[in-house]
Amino acid sequence: MENNETDLDAIFHALADPTRRAVVQALVRGEATVSDLAAPHDMGLPAFMKHLGVLEASGLVDSAKVGRVRTCSLNPATMSATERWFEEQRTFWQGRYAQLDDLVAALQGDRDEK
Amino acid sequence: MKSDLQFQFMADVPGHTLRIKREFAGPRDLIWDCYTKQELLEKWFAPKPLKTKTASMEFREGGHWHYAMYDDDGTEYWGWTDYVTIDPTTRFTSRDAFSDATGAPNTDLPIADWVVTFEEAGDHTIVQTVIDYGSPEGLQTVIDMGMEQGLSATYVTLDDLIETLKG
Repeated sequence: MENNETDLDAIFHALADPTRRAVVQALVRGEATVSDLAAPHDMGLPAFMKHLGVLEASGLVDSAKVGRVRTCSLNPATMSATERWFEEQRTFWQGRYAQLDDLVAALQGDRDEK
Repeated sequence: MKSDLQFQFMADVPGHTLRIKREFAGPRDLIWDCYTKQELLEKWFAPKPLKTKTASMEFREGGHWHYAMYDDDGTEYWGWTDYVTIDPTTRFTSRDAFSDATGAPNTDLPIADWVVTFEEAGDHTIVQTVIDYGSPEGLQTVIDMGMEQGLSATYVTLDDLIETLKG
C-alpha cells in the first residue's frame, strides 16, 4: 500500500493528461468516490477507470473499496505541507478512535458478563 | 467488524475547520461516558504510542480538563479544555487551548472551539466532532507548528508539480 519511492517519471506522465490533472485537483479538496470524480468528465466509466489506474500506478492516488463504493484519496507522500498536516491529523484521529473501539468493546464485554 | 465502521475526515481550509465523523459499535450512553468520565477518557484520547494523564478534570458547564499526552521518552504535550455547554448524552461544546503543566494557556497558539454531537444509529452511535480554529491564520499557525515539530520531510509538492506541468 505504501509507496516509499517517488517515481517522478510516473507522476509527470500521470499529470500530463488534463482529465487526470482535474482528478488530482479535485482530490486536493478531500477524498471522493469514483462516481463523484467521474461525473464532471464526458467519458464512459471504463475510460475513466483507466485514467484512475494511471494515477494509482504513479503513487499519486490511493483508493479503497468499502462495500460497493470505491473512494479515492491523494497519497500523503506526494502532498504539500498543508495536505500533509491534514493527513497526519486524520491518522491521529484514526489511532485515537481505534483505542476507543477497544475500550467500547471491553466495556460491553464487562456489561455482558454481569 | 471495526473496519466497516463509518469514518469521515473533512478539512475545510477557507472555513478553518476539521470535521470528523465516526461510528462506534456501542450505545450512546456508553460512548458518552467514554468522552466525559476521566478514567475512561484517559484510556483512548492519546493515540499510540502516546498515553494520556490528567492533572484535573471537572465535567460540568464551566468546568475543565487539564491533561497531557506523553510518550515513553517523557515528552509531554499539555492541553487545557474548558467545557462550555453540556446536553447530557447528545452534545457538548468546549474550547481547547495549548497549555503547560501549570495549566497556563499558550497565548501564541490559537484556541479551538469543539462541538461534539452523539447520534444514535440502531445499537451504534455516530459521533461528529467539529473543530474550529477561529480564522485561516489560526489554522495556519497550527499547521506551521505541526510541520516544525519534525514530522515534515522533503515531499514532492503537488502544487509545484502541477504548476511546472502547466508551464
